[in-house]
Amino acid sequence: MAERSFKKEVQSLYLSDGEEFRGEGILAVTKALLQSGVSYVAGYQGAPISHLMDVLSDANDILADLGVHFESSASEATAAATLAASVNYPLRGAVTFKSTVGTNVAADALANLASGGVTGGALLIVGEDYGEGSSIMQERSHAFAMKSQVWLLDPKPHLPTIVDMVEKGFQLSEASNTPVMLELRIRACHVYGRFTTKKNVRPSFTLKDALETPIRDVSRIVLPPSTYLHEKEKIEKRWPAAVKFIEDNHLNEFHDGKHDDIGIVLQGGMYNTVLRALEQLGLADAFGNSDIPLYVMNVTYPLIDNEMKRFALGKRAIVIVEEGQPEFIEQAVNTILRRADIGTKVHGKDMLPMAGEYTGLVVRGGLETFLSTYGIGTKPKAPPNSDAAGRRQKALDLIKGGKVHPRPPSFCTGCPERPIFAAMKLVERELGQHHVSCDIGCHLFSILPPFNIGNTTMGYGLGGAGAAALNAPASKRAIAVVGDGGFWHNGLLSSVGNSVFNKSDNVTIIVDNGYSAATGGQDLLSSKHSNDIRTTKNPIEKAVRGVGVEWVRTITHTYSVAAMRDTLKEALTTKVKGPKVIVASSECMLNKQRREKPLRAKAEKDGKRVVKERFGVDAETCTGDHSCIRLSGCPSLTVAPHPDPLRKDPVTKVISSCVGCGLCGEISHAAVLCPSFYRASVIANPQWGERVMGRIRQSVIGWLSRRMGLDKAPPALPQAAE
Amino acid sequence: MEEGAPRAIRLAILAMGGEGGGVLADWVVDLAEHAGYLAQATSVPGVAQRTGATIYYLELFPKPAMNGRDPVLALMPVPGDVDIVIASELMEAARAVERGLVTPDRTVLIASTNRVYAMTEKIAMGDGRSDGKPLVEAIGLAAQRLVATDMALLAEATGSVLSAVMFGALAGSGALPFDRAAFEATIERAGIGVEASKRGFAAGFDAATRKSAPIPQDIPAALPDAAVPESIAPFIERLPFPARAFARLGVARLADYQDEAYARLYVDRLLAVAEADAAHGDGTYRLTTEVARELALGMAYEDTIRVAELKIRPSRITRVHGEVAAKDGEVLKVAEFLHPRLQEITESVPAGLGRFLERNRLARRAIEGLTRKGRIVETTSIRGFLLLAAVARLKKRRRQSLRYEREQAFLTGWLGRIATLAKRDYALTVALAECRTLVKGYGDTHERGRRNYDLILANLARLDGRPDAAAKLNALRQAALTDDTGAKLGAAISAL
Repeated sequence: MAERSFKKEVQSLYLSDGEEFRGEGILAVTKALLQSGVSYVAGYQGAPISHLMDVLSDANDILADLGVHFESSASEATAAATLAASVNYPLRGAVTFKSTVGTNVAADALANLASGGVTGGALLIVGEDYGEGSSIMQERSHAFAMKSQVWLLDPKPHLPTIVDMVEKGFQLSEASNTPVMLELRIRACHVYGRFTTKKNVRPSFTLKDALETPIRDVSRIVLPPSTYLHEKEKIEKRWPAAVKFIEDNHLNEFHDGKHDDIGIVLQGGMYNTVLRALEQLGLADAFGNSDIPLYVMNVTYPLIDNEMKRFALGKRAIVIVEEGQPEFIEQAVNTILRRADIGTKVHGKDMLPMAGEYTGLVVRGGLETFLSTYGIGTKPKAPPNSDAAGRRQKALDLIKGGKVHPRPPSFCTGCPERPIFAAMKLVERELGQHHVSCDIGCHLFSILPPFNIGNTTMGYGLGGAGAAALNAPASKRAIAVVGDGGFWHNGLLSSVGNSVFNKSDNVTIIVDNGYSAATGGQDLLSSKHSNDIRTTKNPIEKAVRGVGVEWVRTITHTYSVAAMRDTLKEALTTKVKGPKVIVASSECMLNKQRREKPLRAKAEKDGKRVVKERFGVDAETCTGDHSCIRLSGCPSLTVAPHPDPLRKDPVTKVISSCVGCGLCGEISHAAVLCPSFYRASVIANPQWGERVMGRIRQSVIGWLSRRMGLDKAPPALPQAAE
Repeated sequence: MEEGAPRAIRLAILAMGGEGGGVLADWVVDLAEHAGYLAQATSVPGVAQRTGATIYYLELFPKPAMNGRDPVLALMPVPGDVDIVIASELMEAARAVERGLVTPDRTVLIASTNRVYAMTEKIAMGDGRSDGKPLVEAIGLAAQRLVATDMALLAEATGSVLSAVMFGALAGSGALPFDRAAFEATIERAGIGVEASKRGFAAGFDAATRKSAPIPQDIPAALPDAAVPESIAPFIERLPFPARAFARLGVARLADYQDEAYARLYVDRLLAVAEADAAHGDGTYRLTTEVARELALGMAYEDTIRVAELKIRPSRITRVHGEVAAKDGEVLKVAEFLHPRLQEITESVPAGLGRFLERNRLARRAIEGLTRKGRIVETTSIRGFLLLAAVARLKKRRRQSLRYEREQAFLTGWLGRIATLAKRDYALTVALAECRTLVKGYGDTHERGRRNYDLILANLARLDGRPDAAAKLNALRQAALTDDTGAKLGAAISAL
């Protein structure tokens, strides 16, 4: 069950001809798939297309009604290989994943698919995770499109265009027997907008038809000599067919402008940013009417030579707004114009930065340079208001010098992964620092304060693989961390199997929180509950033993820091040879709370006995050293002005978001910290006996307190604060 | 293009995970759509769902101005071009200023001034908090108009959520061309927690319409007064005026900690410092004031006896009751996480026995074996109470304990250094007085603090006589508080 439910939103997938759809970009893409008569959809979750997978999961009934098959693929390679169904059959299929990391994983299947070509439309919807908020290395999907010859759509971030491109993408794929990649930037995936719908189309040729009347064509299989023919076919048949389709259907847009001796060439995805920059420069209105001619490439690969030449002809200069590097489009445009002997000056990365996200400010700056070079007057940046500029500068001076702290992501309140790293911190104190090879997932936050643990991360499920070379006789062993998501994606073989086969002596910690948590809490093979449309409850330990690991310990309650610490110490010091695997298993707290909170609230309301636990800190005894925070970093653990006026350092405070996971107490014990933490258990609707016992206790303790004179003691701290 | 052309309203929301930035964005979209505007909203979630900060960006375009044309709306805010910025927290508001989203000629900034401390602020061994005052001043300067108040506090006070208060403040600010009823209708349409949301909304609306300046952060509260035993009051009058408030607090603390005689010892020690201060000081009595504070904390050191006593006081259980908001008819159980080790035990018993236990290998092993694991003591149970009460009763014999002996020796040494140093370098003496703050906490923390203190004192002679000695000593103290491995302090000492 994913973090976000789209049960309500997916109802808009039922909309018919001429109705208005309102919602997120991702949901619009789903609707577009159904309107296009797709037969099967598959994918692997990851921002920014996680929601697409979640939408599809929640829409499973609607998909089933239309006869559409939906798979949660094991990896992006699985997803891309799924498109093999469109090789022999007129089946439209779509897969989705995060790019470029997912495209990296999918590359093998993608290259094979592209070589043989397709019969039915094959669409890859990739979420381009580039720029602000991205969690991955900054690369372009464009390179994959070029190397495998897959057509690349980069539509305007405008729902009607995106929806249209999904449909046209299938047609283009069929017209050119080539898979098509539809690239959506992160904001376009999440943009809320509207478009006019068409009714859903049931595929005329079905998966059942394919299964019952198989078609075989050996020339589509990637094995010599076919492979040589495939390459020829790509150049001689498929490419020209694609170019023709793109031209005939006007997938790219030409916009005229009064300054017709210059022009801007842009990726469709950059359209809104470019138009906003032009609006600010006084060269466009709010409706996209620009004074400068525009060539908007909704298809960024292949380039359409004729269109490019037509746009450039008669212009003194053009500037290409192409986000990311290398500047593939700019290089290609130069080649096209040079071959045609067109002398138009081509600008791009000489005026815009080579690397980094093309934000509004960056694009405006680049266009300003271009326009002023060619003598086009622009509106000045801001009205020459010296007062405003002065105030802004003063404000900046006030907050400079690190007064605004960064706020990197970190483990959630009550996260079961935090105690694993707290235990690693404690082991570090005893055995010294170790080389730690990290993986992809929430657990990678360990590299940040307060834990500062981890050396490298090489990819999803590759934590163990990243430590492969560090397997030599030494007084210390390398530690690898793999999440359950990564484990099932790739880690079982690439990390664990590999360390068995190569007689590794390293320690691998598998963080088993029951979900693919970092991508939004999707279910996995080892999720601990049942799922109506998937098979779950396959324990990780069984898989690990299955590939030959002998030394396996499963910790079923990661919050037991002492147990975690001792197990890790044993793994690092045992004389047993071979890989040591610790499965650290506790449910993702975000998902647990989402599941349990409503149930608890209901039970309490219904008069059932409910125990609510949370932690607190006694300010009287807290000296403000914050060791506890350094070993935990829980968002519910914070600081506040010390209520003791004698103390300058802030007190540690547990805020009401505490879910009572117990880590604070465990750490106090395991690290011999301080006695300030307390656990308060509030029992709502207590049983009769409990209530009576509570009263007896209260009166006995009250009597004892009075005898000791404790009731007369003044409050330990003056009563001014808070 | 012509001036005064139709233009979309640009609105950015900066919020952290769980603060309802998404809900707020949804509300604004719904509000605008019902008021005849075209709305576009987007965000960059992903890991921000966890604890990072997210920007939600919205553009609203008046439909009547469209005349059948579709406006091109941007998906990200451009510096200098944002009409309204809503920030859920003070540092996030300052970040919006830093990023240029808030500009003096355009932006209405609606900011909650509460602080959610960043990790780097929380993990400091002392006070790592960023000062709120320059941030408040900066957001006031950078915005065309600032609507700021502690909206988290308003949300808590009204039993509502931050997003509702921010929505109310947005309505009250008048920055959007929609009236209050339209805002409230939006909350009703959303249909979730309507009553609570409306309470929060009203609080935010009122705060925004009141013509009040933003509340500055962390105003140092006047020191509370403390009850001082009559026999000691006259001695406090002999202290220099600036030191008296702390001294009164110190006396009250120590009379409670041990007895009146102990409080008297405190005042006597303080009077000696005051005398040196009068002879060698600069008239500010900074030294006496600082020692009044530090000495009280030093003498009220946190031993097992003190901890046990504080844990079982009825006033404390009442406080916990309030903190966890236990209702009538609910049963409250409070459990403590205690981990007394050999050291805590040997230090609590009479000094002679303590020393014997420390030296005797067999005894040491036996105790260490018993104290390997921490204990969870339920204070609200009779058993747990009696256990803690038994420890608390050792208070009468505290003066005979090994810990008492050691703490007093430590404090005497510190006061002695202060007395001699005051004659030569007053500023350095004040800095030395502040160094006692390094020795705090329990177990490893206490040992680390003491180690750092000793290390700094061992190097005091190298500073003595230098013109910048006080500044250097302060820097060493800061270095000791920068990391718990001692690396920074080591480096700072080598650099001397």
